[in-house]
Amino acid sequence: MTTRRHFTTIMAAGVASLTLAGRALADTLDDITKSGVLRVAVPQDLPPWGFVGPDMNLQGYDIDMAKLIAAKIGVKLQMTPVTSENRIPYLQTGKVDLIISSLGKNPARAKVIDFSDKYAPFFSGVFGPATIDVKTAADLAGKSIAVTRGNIEDIALSKLAPPSAQIMRYGDNQSTISAFISGQTQLICTDSSTTATIMAQNPPRAPLLKFILQSSPCYVGVNKNQPALLAKVNAIIAAAKADGTLNKYCETWLKQPLPADF
Amino acid sequence: MTYQFDFGAIIGYWPMMLHGIAITAELTLFGTALGIAVAVLGGWARTSGKLWLNLPVTVYVELIRNTPFIVQLFFIFFGLPALGLRLDAVDASILAMVVNLGAYGTEIVRAGLMATPRGQVEAGASLGLSKPQIFWYIVLAPSLARIWPALASQVVIVMLGSSVCSQISVQELTYVASYIQSRSFRAFEAYFVVTALYLVLALALRQALLAAGRHLFKGVQAR
Repeated sequence: MTTRRHFTTIMAAGVASLTLAGRALADTLDDITKSGVLRVAVPQDLPPWGFVGPDMNLQGYDIDMAKLIAAKIGVKLQMTPVTSENRIPYLQTGKVDLIISSLGKNPARAKVIDFSDKYAPFFSGVFGPATIDVKTAADLAGKSIAVTRGNIEDIALSKLAPPSAQIMRYGDNQSTISAFISGQTQLICTDSSTTATIMAQNPPRAPLLKFILQSSPCYVGVNKNQPALLAKVNAIIAAAKADGTLNKYCETWLKQPLPADF
Repeated sequence: MTYQFDFGAIIGYWPMMLHGIAITAELTLFGTALGIAVAVLGGWARTSGKLWLNLPVTVYVELIRNTPFIVQLFFIFFGLPALGLRLDAVDASILAMVVNLGAYGTEIVRAGLMATPRGQVEAGASLGLSKPQIFWYIVLAPSLARIWPALASQVVIVMLGSSVCSQISVQELTYVASYIQSRSFRAFEAYFVVTALYLVLALALRQALLAAGRHLFKGVQAR
């Protein structure tokens, strides 16, 4: 997967250098307002960010965010479903104007596209019912924690947890969730969108956040050299944060309030 | 092929592997001992000629032999807590193995019991042996001697099947292999070593069981 993603990035960078040469002078925000359409790359199979609801329409945090930005610019929204591999090439080749697809920031991506301010929290952490008092990794002593074997959370947790913590490793995400829900483990170590998905099902044992292992919030992806569009998106995000809209999206889709330090 | 084999990268995990072997052996020991006991009772019930004994055992045997082991294991581990019975991963695994071996073993034991010639039972009766004595010396012991190799094979299958228990976080040999490869990214080396360990364990287990059979059934006429 790593090599493949790497390959995608290189390909994307190559394509970008070809297309951006011709588009560098064009002001995308100007094009959007003229055409009256904002084109956004969104996920379609990634709850709770973007997924098809019972009414066959796309819904989720990213979908609401896309709708909000289109509405604030005052144009129609046109959503393009993308995967995590092809979303950056879609932006670079000008097929979409923005990526709103739970996109995290990293140096490799920052070389080829620009990022807005963060619009959604995303983190991995330890979760468990309210009755269990855990605030730091040291509190895990003597507790049992379910985690999916070999993933990022497993590696981080194994380093942090005291020796007396029982880390129960399962083969896949579903078994990890089942182990926690059925009470086979006291706590679960996973990411915030997995627990949001669990919470949406009204489980018998609710995974509430105990502490954060690693935070990597989501950003809107914008092509390079689009200061007007970037500024507009940032203004919309800042306003949404100030008026509680982001908090509402968090409550709806991530089943938790917007973190205080966001 | 550009892959550089590096068994040195996983050699540091040998204490984990020993631990994995110990857990696999523990599962197999308890699973086998209790499983064979269930199998003998089940085989007896199925040949007893009493419907109220035969029917529930038949349902049990068919239920277990026609569903996958991993589903039985998940049901016990993830499902039973909903009914208030919460077993830890090792206990759940042993229970699943006992239930599984019990069902397959019932059919093997039944085959042995049914192969007892009627004339031998009559001979025992005419010698004045009591009913329990007839069952023990004339029916059961020769039957077990007869089916012992088949039962040994089934025990080896159950031992190898315990690899599935890694899915519910039992730290047996397969779990150790998955753990090592998730940390060292040396999948070939990890699984190669564990494959070899399973092979040695299975061959040793079969030989041990056959030797135990020779000892247990010394002087028992199998045919």
